[in-house]
Amino acid sequence: MTPRILSAGDRALLVQADDLESTLTVAALLRQARLPQVEDLIPAAETVLVRVTDGTELTGLGDRILELITGNDIETVGGATDDPLVIPVHYDGPDLSDVGRATGLSIAEVITAHTGTVWRAAFVGFAPGFAYLAGGDERLQVPRRTESRTSVPAGSVALAGQFSAVYPRRSPGGWQLIGTTSATLWDVAAEPPAAIQPGGWVRFVDADADAASAVNDAAVGSVAETAAETGGAS
Amino acid sequence: MNRSLTVLRTGPLCLVQDAGRVGHAADGVGRSGAADRRSAAQANALVGNRADAAVLECTLGGLSVRAEDDLVVALTGAPAPADIDGEAVTHATRIRLASGKTLRLRTPRAGLRSYLAVEGGIAVDPVLGSRSTDTLSGLGPEPVAKNDRLPVGPEISDPADDSGTDQPGTEIGAPVTDLRVIFGPRDDWFDNRDELTTGEWLVSAQSNRVGLRLDRPDTDDATPPALQRKQSRELPSEGVALGAIQVPPSGQPVLFLADHPITGGYPVIAVVIDADIDAAAQLRPGQRLRFVPVADP
Repeated sequence: MTPRILSAGDRALLVQADDLESTLTVAALLRQARLPQVEDLIPAAETVLVRVTDGTELTGLGDRILELITGNDIETVGGATDDPLVIPVHYDGPDLSDVGRATGLSIAEVITAHTGTVWRAAFVGFAPGFAYLAGGDERLQVPRRTESRTSVPAGSVALAGQFSAVYPRRSPGGWQLIGTTSATLWDVAAEPPAAIQPGGWVRFVDADADAASAVNDAAVGSVAETAAETGGAS
Repeated sequence: MNRSLTVLRTGPLCLVQDAGRVGHAADGVGRSGAADRRSAAQANALVGNRADAAVLECTLGGLSVRAEDDLVVALTGAPAPADIDGEAVTHATRIRLASGKTLRLRTPRAGLRSYLAVEGGIAVDPVLGSRSTDTLSGLGPEPVAKNDRLPVGPEISDPADDSGTDQPGTEIGAPVTDLRVIFGPRDDWFDNRDELTTGEWLVSAQSNRVGLRLDRPDTDDATPPALQRKQSRELPSEGVALGAIQVPPSGQPVLFLADHPITGGYPVIAVVIDADIDAAAQLRPGQRLRFVPVADP
């Protein structure tokens, strides 16, 4: 990795990395280093913006950051995929058939593709808790809608470009909506409030298929419990 | 029982603001906070508060508040003529506002945002460590509205000494405001980056706490954009700093203020230095500014 330091005013500098993976590595190294001048880090697709406290000497800090990056074994901070956040999705979004047309896939194939890879939060932006998830099936790349919606409900699962996302709160939005989840991804009372942090892993599962297979696989006892919970219908 | 203020009237926009939210970038949360931080800190110093206490930020004045208890207040920022029950009060001084009296701000003669600090601070509930209203994300308290009863923090037993009252305010009302900029990070995306620091820019009416949208004076829609990008590819989204000047394909730059998005997809040609952000936050639509290049620190 050959990172560069770019100017970003007198209270920040921009670390230019090569790609998402090296960006996440730079962000992880900077988090670990806990440099006292660093106020906040904003990792994005290929860069990390480092915001600093008043009076920080930026040239020296830039050199220190380059040292940190080049002096580290970057393989060790790449992160593990073994503990993804699992988000159950009802694939019932209003743009699901448009996505099918744009990709040439059937709706079932869209669902299989969306649930078939582990996604990684490249960065969080646009709105509080809105994580840009990368690493999806390449066939799922679709453009944004030609017209944005003025209001997208919280929990909407969406696609745009190479990314997928879940709208954590109601907001305007121009992404293609393919489903909904009842998972809470934004909670100001939680620490941290955003359930998906930069670099975090996410796996989507088909909530309806899961229910069906759970019933198929279940022992008689748990089927009976489910029936009891839902009011004892036969 | 909290001391309090009752809001009788607001102008176009009145918000609770403090020093903003720090350390929540990973949650996608921007800093927000007072747009003109220096004026907010000056108001706090005048009443003996810490610099990061919550104040009221009034865009184009228009606020009337009634004290429900004996309070000490100060007005700074855009100098709005103000009175207490008809008796004029002085800008940027410590003012006693007795219980039952009404403080009224009219429209400022110059500048955009006036600040009202109250000894003890505006004590609404904080969200993620701040009482600021972020107009972009909607975090924090609702905008201040008529009939709101705003809680005020406890009296300060050990007020800051008089040195606090020497704290300078923001310079407001120059015919043309000079803002110092450092080029980058994406100045190499433009054929003619010096176009930014040549001539005057006009603050457009589509400006707010997110940013100032800038036009060239005496141009119309048929005029080609001043800043021509040489890169036509898209910029992968990247973090943007307070004061960043982002250039969308229209060539009409946006100077990001307190409620700016934390990431953006258009190249940032230059960033206004921190010391000049407060002056930028006091510019009204129709005012003129120049960008003055300074060396990288």
